[in-house]
Amino acid sequence: MTEPVRETQAALPPAVVEDLLPDARTGTRRHQATPASVRVAGGRWRDDLRAVRVVWHRELIRFGRNRLRIITSLAQPVLFLFVLGTGLSSLVARSVPGGGGVNFRTFMFPGVVAMTVLFTAMFSSVSIVWDREFGFLREMLVAPVRRGALVAGKCAGGATVATLQALIMLALAGLVHVPYSPLLLLTLAGEMLLAALTITALGTALASRMAQVESFQVVMQFVVLPLFFLSGALFPLKGLPGWLSVLTRLDPLAYIVDPMRRAVFAHVHTTPAVAQTFGATLTWGSWTLPVGLELGLTAAFGTVMLSLAVFAFSRTE
Amino acid sequence: MESAIEVHDLVRRFGDLEAVRGVSFDVEPGETFGFLGPNGAGKSTTISMLCTLLVPSAGAARVAGFDVAAQRAEVRKRIGLVFQDTTLDDYLTASENLRFHAELYGVPRSQAAERLQDVLEMVGLWERRDGLVRTFSGGMKRRLEIARGLLHSPRVLFLDEPTVGLDPQTRAHIWDYINELRRRESITMFLTTHYMDEAEHCDRIAIIDEGRIVVIDTPEALKGTVGRDRVQLHTPDPDSAIAALGEHFGLEATMSEGAVTVYVPSGEQFVPRLFGELDVTISAVSIARPTLDDVFMDYTGRTIRDAEASASERMAGSMWMRAVRRR
Repeated sequence: MTEPVRETQAALPPAVVEDLLPDARTGTRRHQATPASVRVAGGRWRDDLRAVRVVWHRELIRFGRNRLRIITSLAQPVLFLFVLGTGLSSLVARSVPGGGGVNFRTFMFPGVVAMTVLFTAMFSSVSIVWDREFGFLREMLVAPVRRGALVAGKCAGGATVATLQALIMLALAGLVHVPYSPLLLLTLAGEMLLAALTITALGTALASRMAQVESFQVVMQFVVLPLFFLSGALFPLKGLPGWLSVLTRLDPLAYIVDPMRRAVFAHVHTTPAVAQTFGATLTWGSWTLPVGLELGLTAAFGTVMLSLAVFAFSRTE
Repeated sequence: MESAIEVHDLVRRFGDLEAVRGVSFDVEPGETFGFLGPNGAGKSTTISMLCTLLVPSAGAARVAGFDVAAQRAEVRKRIGLVFQDTTLDDYLTASENLRFHAELYGVPRSQAAERLQDVLEMVGLWERRDGLVRTFSGGMKRRLEIARGLLHSPRVLFLDEPTVGLDPQTRAHIWDYINELRRRESITMFLTTHYMDEAEHCDRIAIIDEGRIVVIDTPEALKGTVGRDRVQLHTPDPDSAIAALGEHFGLEATMSEGAVTVYVPSGEQFVPRLFGELDVTISAVSIARPTLDDVFMDYTGRTIRDAEASASERMAGSMWMRAVRRR
């Protein structure tokens, strides 16, 4: 019969054997009887990597197969950018000194790209709830791989899908006077990927606590929409009333919208006054955060969420 | 030779409800072992513990030589699972579902393609390998799950109610596949069922009721211990019939499934006497050779259907308690 090939009869030191049995529940005494065969240490990591890849691959297959979803997911950001954006443009042109020089849609563009990432990444990760409902989650959870690998695969898959979807939006840059500069596009793509990873991790952590498909609506209304509205995607985060200012600074998405917008404004020609109003607007008091710190905070938040998700799924039986 | 499954005093509690109350049994390699009992008897809870999906509250179990609580990954590598509910991805094709499984279980690439064709041909789905699972019928999905459960050449295959919710013809089909499998793969199978006729496919059966094993034996031996025919009378006046049966024949009759039921050594000889000596109107009589249904009745004092009715009450009660506790 086909025993896994990487099994060996090697006599490993006890410490290694302990390492090889990370599934053992804390508090459960391990059996004294040594298993007849033990996997070599490298095998376990390779198993995990393979699990990450196959879970990731499944997300891509499902994404590619659902063309309709790709199209419908574009409808909302396009409406925001070209309808709401155009409508507000004329208003902004009149009220901001020198604002006529910059198209308000240019300002909104990075916000709308971030929104695409947010919605797609959240939808992908919260789809775990459907996997649970339709049983497929069980197929994954009973597999002889670490739960962490499954969570990592799911996050990587969701993040890839969200980045791909947002790349389609990014392709529309020229329509709102954002230049197709390779450096800008690369920067934005990198930031999108970071945002996507962070949001998928958040979504997976949330999904681990959700037993019913109905909870999905709750997440949409009480997590996704507030994250979006407070992120500064639609308005500058300057000169806000105190309460709103505080709330926006608590929104993790704000720390990804701001670097994306700063990247865009570094590549469009505009007056200093306009850049002042619309460019870097995320401040703590009067201190403008450096881009590196913003990205670092995003990554840190994502890491915490990922750990929570891994922890939650390792505990479910 | 080491047992494929060893279970010692396994217990699982859900709050106050003791779903499994200390079961013990061994399954030999290559054996097909059936867990027979009504819904809510603890079958699925036991299978979940053996598959490492639930941690036992007490007791121990080893599957394929590994402890189900302490060596979960080792157990998981060596078992295949076919659940009651489908666990396929509807949006993938049949072969994509299998490839996903092969990767997760670390089936070597060089063997995966051949193995995939093998199992798909065995369940008659090779031609449909590129069809989306969404378009499959219930029976096809179950067959695909069986194929998937076998893909990584497990030592023990667990089948939790493998034919539940399928029409009789499809059920018979699934059994053809399972029996074929027993011949070809010399695999140990552990299955649960609440269909009596299905239990007869097993080498040995454990009858489980209210979380306890009532008896373990081969289907033939179990039927042998009952050794009596079941005679059922339909009558407009069951109470007098029961009384009369006691008076004239010294038989203890019971009501089950709406009929007066007695067990006698030879049904054919009993029925003529029945009509001669009983002055109660009888509208219909049926005689049945002992089946596992009767075995269940004999050991538990009720039919599977009756047991299920009371089990569902028990479950509803505990579910309500769990809901309360959660607040």
